[in-house]
Amino acid sequence: MSLTLYMKLGWRNIWRNRKRTWITASSIGFAVFFACVMQSMQLGSYDRMIENSVRFYTGHLAIHEKEYWDEKILDNSFSLSGLQDLDITNGRVEVSVPRLTSFALASYGEKTKGVIVTGIDPEKEADLTFLDDKIVRGEYIRDWGVMIGEGLSDYLKADVGDTVVFISQGYHGVNAAGKYPVVGILKFPVPDLNQAAAYLSLGQAQSFFGAEGLVTSFSMLLHDQEELFVAQSEISTSLASSEMTIMNWQEMMPELLQGIELDYYGGLIMIYILYGIIGFGILGTFLMMTKERTYEFGILTSIGMKKPKIQVMVAFEILMLTFFGVGLGLIASFPIILYFYFNPIRFSGEAAAAFENFGYEPIMPFSMDPVVFYNQGIVVLIISLFLGIYPMIAIKQLNITKALKE
Amino acid sequence: MTVIQTKNLKKVYNPETIPVVAVDDVDLAVEEGEFTAVVGPSGCGKTTLLNMIGGLDQPTGGTVSVGGEEIGRMSQSQLTDFRLNNIGFVFQSYNLIPVLTARENVEFIMLLQKCDKAYRDKRTLDILEKMGIRDQMNRRPAQLSGGQQQRVAVARALASSPKFILADEPTANLDTKATESLLDIMAQMNKEEKATFIFSTHDQRVIDKAKRVITLEDGRIISDENR
Repeated sequence: MSLTLYMKLGWRNIWRNRKRTWITASSIGFAVFFACVMQSMQLGSYDRMIENSVRFYTGHLAIHEKEYWDEKILDNSFSLSGLQDLDITNGRVEVSVPRLTSFALASYGEKTKGVIVTGIDPEKEADLTFLDDKIVRGEYIRDWGVMIGEGLSDYLKADVGDTVVFISQGYHGVNAAGKYPVVGILKFPVPDLNQAAAYLSLGQAQSFFGAEGLVTSFSMLLHDQEELFVAQSEISTSLASSEMTIMNWQEMMPELLQGIELDYYGGLIMIYILYGIIGFGILGTFLMMTKERTYEFGILTSIGMKKPKIQVMVAFEILMLTFFGVGLGLIASFPIILYFYFNPIRFSGEAAAAFENFGYEPIMPFSMDPVVFYNQGIVVLIISLFLGIYPMIAIKQLNITKALKE
Repeated sequence: MTVIQTKNLKKVYNPETIPVVAVDDVDLAVEEGEFTAVVGPSGCGKTTLLNMIGGLDQPTGGTVSVGGEEIGRMSQSQLTDFRLNNIGFVFQSYNLIPVLTARENVEFIMLLQKCDKAYRDKRTLDILEKMGIRDQMNRRPAQLSGGQQQRVAVARALASSPKFILADEPTANLDTKATESLLDIMAQMNKEEKATFIFSTHDQRVIDKAKRVITLEDGRIISDENR
């Protein structure tokens, strides 16, 4: 028998009972639709969380002095020119930025607040964090002045043109003090940054902290996050003989990775419960399909069709029914996911506040990662094939004379 | 030439608990080209006898030989192949494949036999023509009357060029007109194609057409009449 005939028989057989086929395919389709949308939301929000965190905090990869990560003090900074001598140029890196980060007290009028002062290369930083897009008042920093978060601005009641005083401890314990005019107010989606971020140009920060030529980190953004470990390994080789080390964002922000994993597996449990329910529906169809056709299988065997051929015929039916259901689910979910991929759901009011309290941007982005779609297809296919074992065994154990009496 | 030979053929159901003897010590020889009816009251063992001759059921004792080959020693897979190439089946309730057209149903058996397309096409059309249902060949079973379906079933049974055709109560669901028409066609096939037919029946119209009538009672042959 040819493949075409098996397919013809399979296709026609599944339409023998149209109502049942539609019900089964719809239940499979619904499961796939729901799982795709759910996973797209999950992966989309993870991607956004990673993107936000990586861009604003660490980069995909960051070079530090070896002791820095355990003790984040200026004394554990390193020379930028020393790093440039090592030539860590890597084609996988899209943009790299030097940063000098430490803490300081910011004061304006009668208000004082602890802030994170980051010295940046304004041009490169704009490429990495799109910091220039976050300006809501004033202008993006060039050489002189400070940019502060909107929350900090509100707290200090300092706006563009006001001068803020910074006091801190600099490199090797020197006193650090300086006053800088506010040139721009930044609005970050991440509340922590909004309320505590202050940006100086790298030169100003080095001068303020007494750390000329030094940086605390050299953050890198990769073209492709999938190349994280390869790029880390390659750059690590170049740094082998130095006092510097390279870390990836997963090492630098393990709590983010753990949070994502926890949420991901929680979502998976939901999806598996859904698949379990749908699985029973599919099993019911297979049971009925086998039971009501026992007589027919008996006839086919008696006229000379071998059982393995009947099994192949039924396997085609199962596959077609499954593909049909999966197809329905994918066709239904794709345009919806595509729409929300380009138009993510934006929360407002209390919902937005709740998101921001947890440090998240108040939007629900969707992912178009192909894994969202083929994962569901593969899972449903595996479930169907597993449940398809029942009809296969029933056909193998078919007793012709009993079947003909059905 | 002897097509079917049974010796001391016996079938006992539930031998360990409450034994029911369905076929008891049957010796039978069917020659090529015969048009034989196995008759008897319900429960006399007609269907069981035909099932054992057709290799669908295993005898409790005795042997069945088809064309000199003993089928009792064959595996299930060998038996399926044997049935495909040697035996045509016609069942009481037609039992065509519902999703295939009349033509595809007839062709299906030759596909299983791996016959080439040209032969399949010619044979299918020839047989459907002889059965008088060529004009209905593109209809599915549900679109055919009972008589037409049974003709397609006979056409399917003949298509594989079997050594003989086993028909279990083939007219049980047909009206008088359809029965007579079917019997005429089968008699014609018996004559033209030299097809050997064995029926189980208690339909007097079939018995009247048969050239040989074997009567069973309580699993035993009580008469064997050639006409």
